[in-house]
Amino acid sequence: MEYVLIIIAAVFVSNIVLNQFLGICPFIGVSNKVDTAIGMTGAVTFVMVIATLFTYLIFQYVLIPFELEYLRTITFILVIASLVQMVEIMLKKISPPLYQALGIFLPLITTNCAVLGVAVLAVQQDFNLLGSVVFAIGNAIGFGLALITFSGIREQLDMMNVPKQMKGVPIAFIVAGLMALAFMGFTGIV
Amino acid sequence: MNQWKNFSKGLLKENAVFVMFLGLCPTLGVTTSAVNGLGMGLATTFVLVMSNLVVALIKNQIPDKVRIPAFIVIIATFVTVVEMVMKAYVPALFDALGLFIPLIVVNCVVLGRAEAFASKNNVVSSIIDGLGMGIGFALALTALGAVREVLGSGSIFGLSFLKGDGMLLFVLPPGAFIALGYLIVLANKLKAKTT
Repeated sequence: MEYVLIIIAAVFVSNIVLNQFLGICPFIGVSNKVDTAIGMTGAVTFVMVIATLFTYLIFQYVLIPFELEYLRTITFILVIASLVQMVEIMLKKISPPLYQALGIFLPLITTNCAVLGVAVLAVQQDFNLLGSVVFAIGNAIGFGLALITFSGIREQLDMMNVPKQMKGVPIAFIVAGLMALAFMGFTGIV
Repeated sequence: MNQWKNFSKGLLKENAVFVMFLGLCPTLGVTTSAVNGLGMGLATTFVLVMSNLVVALIKNQIPDKVRIPAFIVIIATFVTVVEMVMKAYVPALFDALGLFIPLIVVNCVVLGRAEAFASKNNVVSSIIDGLGMGIGFALALTALGAVREVLGSGSIFGLSFLKGDGMLLFVLPPGAFIALGYLIVLANKLKAKTT
């Protein structure tokens, strides 16, 4: 039950994109088409869950015993960068079709603040190991939900008659604001 | 003259937030008030200038293949410095900015300047470029913070000029998106007029 609550809270109540403002760059950058949004979601889910697992273990069993907590930021970003690289190499070998599908998105993930943000939040909130992984999965679902619905709206928006100065990114932000407003309706359910 | 160009391009013409759409997470996340926006902008400026300086100094020693991880380590070092200094001297601001301080590491503006400018230019130009970009970023954050603070809580830089509550929406997350959307419209309009 506790884990169900973690997931609901991460997906709806404090949605990582619309409420925590993490991962805005891909949210605006790759949300032009539903297909690319799905590809990005797949890649982010993959890296986010594995990265949170590894950073949690390293933080609990290496950094804390040696009192190196101040190295958290550097360690985490190195773990994420090397993971992304490793995932890229492995995917290329094991599953070329998946690599083709995710390929261009993988390098972008290193600088996706959602991944580092979730890793840092997971150790800050004192989850246990399983809790951290569930937290990462919930946030990945939340990211996907926001990104894919948003890209659906933007596909429709392309056919609309929007004032010239508002075309593209500005109108996307206002739509995102309205979506965030809708998500605020979930406040308080957990 | 050339150095002035390096400095001034970050202010409006290539402004990180309004024109390039980089570094949007902290832009939206911390700008509930003008002071928070300014604090975040200055912290990012420091990291930007220092990482540009170091990258420009050692660009010839870094092998091309590992340059991105190397840049990230340099940036992460300065972010850790900022984190510790802010925790010690401005704990209130440190708490307000929270998660977004370690996240300066993955701010695309910082890595973007290291890769696009500092790795190709000399030390002085790189410092000036970092300073210009950083100040442009700080200005954008302060502007957004000020708009949200005025509309949301009826005060500016903490000075209240309105009795009662403002439009709460603008302090809450949705207001950040909407306010930034309209500020970009304004920036587009200004750009269209000058050219």
